[in-house]
Amino acid sequence: MSLIKQDDRITLDTFLEGVWRENPVFVMMLGMCPTLAVTNSAMNALAMGVATTFVLIASSLLVSLFRNLIPSEVRIATYIVIIATFVTIVDYTMQAVSQPLYHALGAFIQLIVVNCIILGRAEACASRNKPLKSMVNAAGMGLGFTLALLSLGSVRELLGSGSLFGLPLFGEHFQPWVVMVLPPGGFLVLGGWLLFFEWLKTRKQDQVLGAEGATHG
Amino acid sequence: MSSKTSMAMVATLGFVTALSGFLIVTVFQATKPAIEENKRLAIQQTVLEVITGATADKHFIINGQGELLEAAPGMKGVNVYAGYDAQGKLLGVAAEGSAQGYSGSVDTIYAYTPACGCITGVKVIKQTETPGLGDKTITDKAFVANFEHLEAKLDAAGKALANAIVAVKHGSKQHPWEIDAISGATISSKAIAKGLNGSAQDVLPKLVPLLSKIEGAKP
Repeated sequence: MSLIKQDDRITLDTFLEGVWRENPVFVMMLGMCPTLAVTNSAMNALAMGVATTFVLIASSLLVSLFRNLIPSEVRIATYIVIIATFVTIVDYTMQAVSQPLYHALGAFIQLIVVNCIILGRAEACASRNKPLKSMVNAAGMGLGFTLALLSLGSVRELLGSGSLFGLPLFGEHFQPWVVMVLPPGGFLVLGGWLLFFEWLKTRKQDQVLGAEGATHG
Repeated sequence: MSSKTSMAMVATLGFVTALSGFLIVTVFQATKPAIEENKRLAIQQTVLEVITGATADKHFIINGQGELLEAAPGMKGVNVYAGYDAQGKLLGVAAEGSAQGYSGSVDTIYAYTPACGCITGVKVIKQTETPGLGDKTITDKAFVANFEHLEAKLDAAGKALANAIVAVKHGSKQHPWEIDAISGATISSKAIAKGLNGSAQDVLPKLVPLLSKIEGAKP
């Protein structure tokens, strides 16, 4: 890979790659642990997404700045130290901002350290690109991750508690579908979203095939 | 050649960890006051919830010599939180309990009401018990009812509880100082009982002689 000359240009695709085509959750299936564990409400999902995005952007910047100094033998160790630093910063900041939120996310804040998305970005993008491009790419990945968590979190909160961001939506006669805020609900909703995206993809392929068929016919 | 790359490795890791240490210490220092303030507010809110009817609270520390002091940062001793009503009358005193549960410590704040010599409320403030089982200690109404009137009287000498607070098997509660455990969450129930007993055995003998002082203090 290192022989291939990387393109230094920053395009819209640098950013959008993580949001859609290579969405960390729905396409690359990375970071499943926080995705399933803390998406029981939209607020938790948003906080987790924002925290991860910050770690992603900040660690990408540092890794990219030092990319020519880090010997390849110790690169993983160095990346982990850099990532762990920013996770600790997020940990303290979140405690200072809101204790209830910090307790709701629990150990999953510390576990951002081992989130594959971040190490994956450091290895695949930040260690080969200039700082600005790495940060733009990381921001896109972070946004993609946050949107994915939000799409799980809002569905689960809506069905499991009948509210969205803590605001009750269905009135008092709504009987909450409790399983949705429990762990099985995470798998069910994730499966639902994956099914939806796969259906979109298949339909698009069918259309392309159909169009080709028409020209050949 | 190889020593050169070794040096480069040591230098890189050394530099990165030093930078990391610097960043963490900076953020730790910057966020410390806000974190402590948040923790204080969270405890205050719990104290007002656990002491029924309390509208104001005051944080005291009982030091090693058994003296009652108004809490100030950096003081060592046992934390007690007095709860007063709107007229400034002492309703109860809250203290902290902690014991090992199924997967980590279960921390509680409980309210002691001097009028009846009993514990009148318990709130779990931190626990990492199994979701759906061990966390029933917070949500199970029958279990929470154990703490509406849990006897915690001192013995004749005033040095310990007359009857230790214990958790008993679900459905076999006979005495007012027993806690009816949740079936399926026995270890978590026992952890709460152990935390209460451990704290009450230590705090109440010190606290009871100081009650008149706490009553006199204005919130």
